Amino acid sequence: MSTAAPITIDTARPGVPLGRLIKVELRKMFNTRSGFWLMLSIAIVAAIATVAIIIFADGDDLSFGLFAQGIGIPMAIVLPVIAILSVTSEWSQRTGLITFTLVPHRGSIIAAKAIAAIIVGIAGMLIAYAIGALGNIGGSAIAGVDPVWDTSLVNLVTIILANVLGLLIGFTLGVLIRNSAGAIVGYFVYSFVIPSILGFLAFSQDWFEKLQPWIDFNDATLPLFDGGPSGEEWAQIGTSGLIWLVIPMTFGIWAVLKSEVK
Amino acid sequence: MITVDRLTKTYGGYRAVDDVSFECRPGAVTGFLGPNGAGKSTTMRIIAGLTPATSGSALVSGVNYPDIPNPGTQIGVLLDASAQHAGRTGREILALSALTMGLPMSRVDEMLQLVSLTPSESKRRVKNYSLGMRQRLGIANALLGDPKILILDEPANGLDPAGIHWMRGLLREYANRGGTVLLSSHLLHEIEVIADEIIVIGNGKIVAEGTKAELLQTAGTFVKAGDPSALANALTSAGLTSAPSGDGGLRTEADPATVGKAAAAAGVALVELRPAEGAGLEEMFLQLTAETQRETITPEGAGA
Ligand SMILES: Nc1ncnc2c1ncn2[C@@H]1O[C@H](COP(=O)(O)OP(=O)(O)OP(=O)(O)O)[C@@H](O)[C@H]1O
Ligand SMILES: [Mg+2]
Repeated sequence: MSTAAPITIDTARPGVPLGRLIKVELRKMFNTRSGFWLMLSIAIVAAIATVAIIIFADGDDLSFGLFAQGIGIPMAIVLPVIAILSVTSEWSQRTGLITFTLVPHRGSIIAAKAIAAIIVGIAGMLIAYAIGALGNIGGSAIAGVDPVWDTSLVNLVTIILANVLGLLIGFTLGVLIRNSAGAIVGYFVYSFVIPSILGFLAFSQDWFEKLQPWIDFNDATLPLFDGGPSGEEWAQIGTSGLIWLVIPMTFGIWAVLKSEVK
Repeated sequence: MITVDRLTKTYGGYRAVDDVSFECRPGAVTGFLGPNGAGKSTTMRIIAGLTPATSGSALVSGVNYPDIPNPGTQIGVLLDASAQHAGRTGREILALSALTMGLPMSRVDEMLQLVSLTPSESKRRVKNYSLGMRQRLGIANALLGDPKILILDEPANGLDPAGIHWMRGLLREYANRGGTVLLSSHLLHEIEVIADEIIVIGNGKIVAEGTKAELLQTAGTFVKAGDPSALANALTSAGLTSAPSGDGGLRTEADPATVGKAAAAAGVALVELRPAEGAGLEEMFLQLTAETQRETITPEGAGA
């Protein structure tokens, strides 16, 4: 056999830009049946919560704040799950074999996923607000009262921030655990089991009660939901966020960069 | 061109890939042959930057895989056709890759046509794909960016004979146009059909390599008789050494004429007598497989 011309690799070719990767990651969130329904569930869950409030709340209690809060609870579960699956499906469904051969710089993929999840989180919250506003208008009309708009713009923003932080907790669990079921269970442990343990500890130990807001992220982010945090509360979000978000996420990303994809 | 140099990968104390060196040249299909667990997939994952090597290097035309910009447009990789999101359609999977590489969507249709996935099949979700359809989709995905180098792990796995024939034609033409292909298989027959050059790996080590012609050409004769022990005696008394080969036959270094005479002299009726082409490779491969064999075949009733 004749020898063919040598093949050279073009190292001057442009790489894959981050913007394109974000687009790809957004598309991946929608283009499976389960992903599509998960995304749609943002609107569905918001609508169900709105209807439930109209049915069960007293007409005089109706306010936009009530709707925003009612919708926020299921959102705090849906958004982190979206973030978790965006990361873990690369491992659980093994699509990472293609994703990481097309883009060997895993950090870019992880960054694109985080940005895509945050975009979805913010957009989802805005949609939820819109549905809540419609609920407030409709519900008040049904009850025969004037609609009450009691939530400040700042508070609307801090609620979005709280949800984005929750979403990033999901993202962190995703990169740490890299398994869909495991990370989702992890998120439920984080948001339901750990608060009761820490709450009990604070209840029974005085010294811990003072410490808790500084190290318990769940607890520290609560002021974001009502009214917005004070200066000290922002500092508490910072310190507890370092423990629950920044350090574990750094470790998780490091593990993703080092790990074997198979 | 792919250059693997003294590559080693250990898991704990276990050497999955042990000091492996080889080269794949352009214009040829290089077959990577080895029994289950030999280290083929591990080697390929290291080349594609998915698994870090313990020591040694694997370069693609002198470049480390992670340093290749937009690698999909320069190297096509298929590591596991089943590693797909089951809920995505075949077309969507190719569309995601095309989008990542910055290719026009028309390329997706071209590739679907190339691997003979019909428009209706391409709109099905991958969980409803047959194994062969998944392989075709995986090959389409590897070829999408029009790369000059292909790395395919067990691409023929699950293909029917017509599919294997199709793939041979596809890869043959690809190599003739100057492309480099590295493909693995645990089946000697598949590699014989498709590859020009063969690298045999067993227990993480390279045990043979060369062109197909070199490896398949073995001096000597393959001979088989109805009564194997009578044949063995006949050969021994004629001063010819022989070793068991294949199913019930013997292989000897002597040429067929000499072997035929020896059998005739002893009055042994032969069933088969031919030059031992490929028998050497087959024996070596069988032996390799036997060493790593997971279950011992116990004849029924034995030991009872
Ligand atoms: N993470 C791991 N930990 C321990 N051992 C591993 C790990 N990954 C692979 N191995 C071992 O490395 C060896 C080589 O595996 P590999 O998948 O490369 O084989 P292969 O040649 O592709 O086999 P097959 O033909 O079955 O696909 C196997 O014995 C496997 O069990
Ligand atoms: Mg393998």
